[in-house]
Amino acid sequence: MPELITYGIVLGSIIALGAIGLTLVYGIIRFANFAHGDLMSAGAYVALFVVTDFLAWVGIPDTNFGPFSFGWRMLIAFPISMVAVACVAIIFDRILYRKLRSKGSGAVIFAMSSLGAAFILRMVILIVWGADSLFYRPGMLRPAMDLPLGIKIRPDQVLIVIIAFSLIIFLHLFLQSTKMGKAMRATADNMQLALVSGIDTERIIIWTWGIGGALAAAGGILYGIDVQLQPSMGWNFLIPLFAAAILGTIGNIYGALLGGLIIGVAQQVSTAFLMPTYKPAVAFIIMIIILLVRPRGIFGGKSA
Amino acid sequence: MIVLKVENVTVGYTAVDILHGVSMEAKSGEIVSIIGPNGAGKSTLLKAIFGLLKPHQGKIILNDEDITGLKPDRIARKGISYVPQVDNVFPSLTIQENLEMGAFIRTDDFSQRLEEVYDLFPVMRERKKDKAGQLSGGQRQMVAMGRALMLDPQVLLLDEPSAGLAPLLVADIFEKVKEINATGVVIVIVEQNAREALKMAHHAYVLAMGRNVMDDKGEVLLADEEIGRLYLGG
Repeated sequence: MPELITYGIVLGSIIALGAIGLTLVYGIIRFANFAHGDLMSAGAYVALFVVTDFLAWVGIPDTNFGPFSFGWRMLIAFPISMVAVACVAIIFDRILYRKLRSKGSGAVIFAMSSLGAAFILRMVILIVWGADSLFYRPGMLRPAMDLPLGIKIRPDQVLIVIIAFSLIIFLHLFLQSTKMGKAMRATADNMQLALVSGIDTERIIIWTWGIGGALAAAGGILYGIDVQLQPSMGWNFLIPLFAAAILGTIGNIYGALLGGLIIGVAQQVSTAFLMPTYKPAVAFIIMIIILLVRPRGIFGGKSA
Repeated sequence: MIVLKVENVTVGYTAVDILHGVSMEAKSGEIVSIIGPNGAGKSTLLKAIFGLLKPHQGKIILNDEDITGLKPDRIARKGISYVPQVDNVFPSLTIQENLEMGAFIRTDDFSQRLEEVYDLFPVMRERKKDKAGQLSGGQRQMVAMGRALMLDPQVLLLDEPSAGLAPLLVADIFEKVKEINATGVVIVIVEQNAREALKMAHHAYVLAMGRNVMDDKGEVLLADEEIGRLYLGG
């Protein structure tokens, strides 16, 4: 059981990276982005392209990096992929969602178009990389370390949690202490008043997509490192992402972090009682229970 | 000297015009009150001045410069600030952060202005780390005004600052409005609380059905029998 909880925290920090982006976008633009999971896939595959094709072409050797299953190339690919997916998210907003906003389209139209965006991303991945499972470094042995309480954990997994939490702390500092971060929170609070205060809300929206996309990319790469790359990986994350964001009160990034960890742990612990294939169902059931019992999530209650 | 001039403005939402050729002006150092029954178009007038609604006809002039149809952030840069009637603070931000957001478009050091605003509202200095959402209605109104003052505006537009407040707080708010005015800010205030609004006004306008009905010095309108009967409750 302690081992399953540990794996749950690893999975949960990956879910949290996606859920924070989802909740951030919802908080500011007020729509449920069904393409968020596929932004995670995009991040994983862009990193794969950089590691196996681009950096090989440039001629940077993929020497081992510490006790981890990936090499030095991944360290370069990670930020490149985050920036690339941030751009993808921003481009989708500029060519698609901005037009819908200016027309005053309803929530259903937004949700359906993000579903379309999700299909586009997944199909592009299928066309370029095919449907097989892929690895950043095929054929690597991935030995586990022994921790007390009978926990076996791979160095990769420790690093996944550290990277995820570092990114979240970084986001926290950005939102709390920079002018742009404060303006983002202000816009999430009250977009009309932000406009009245002279805040350029379109610029805030671009930043929001950029940050959401970059965090999604990070989550996708970390999942790729931990497990494998699959064109449907991000799509399968969608329900855990929504469950985490709703559990933690949609719009609240700290809630999304906590929600992500709870969903991750619940999914992994469930494998002690259920077949692992039911993991997504666990997230789905938790989401339904929250929506029935406490639809505004654990931190909700004030705003209507 | 005339600072703000509204000339014959017709404005409204998509299909329906709310104002039909309304005019007004505010001179330097003045408090200008706009009163009138519900639905007279008082708030619409402020929104039109601040660029939240685009006039179909007429002009809005600030210091001899035509600002008709400019976007709110442009108008804010030209020296007009606006306090909406409701939802006028950022509830999850602290008081200090609310004030910083008021200064968002400033690129210079605004720490001195922040101190001046705190001097005007000492309670806010004590509670600057508190979230604005935790404040009472009266305190929120002060934060909202403080936010609008961060740009050091020449003209401050206030949309019913006393709405929903207890009578004691209403007096406080009007006292603050006078203090702000005494620092040289021209105030254009829309009020339901017509008697109080006329008392402090240098000049006042009465609107009804989206049209100018009357305008004069505050005390003259206060003494006017018909105004008293129609708008001041006898």
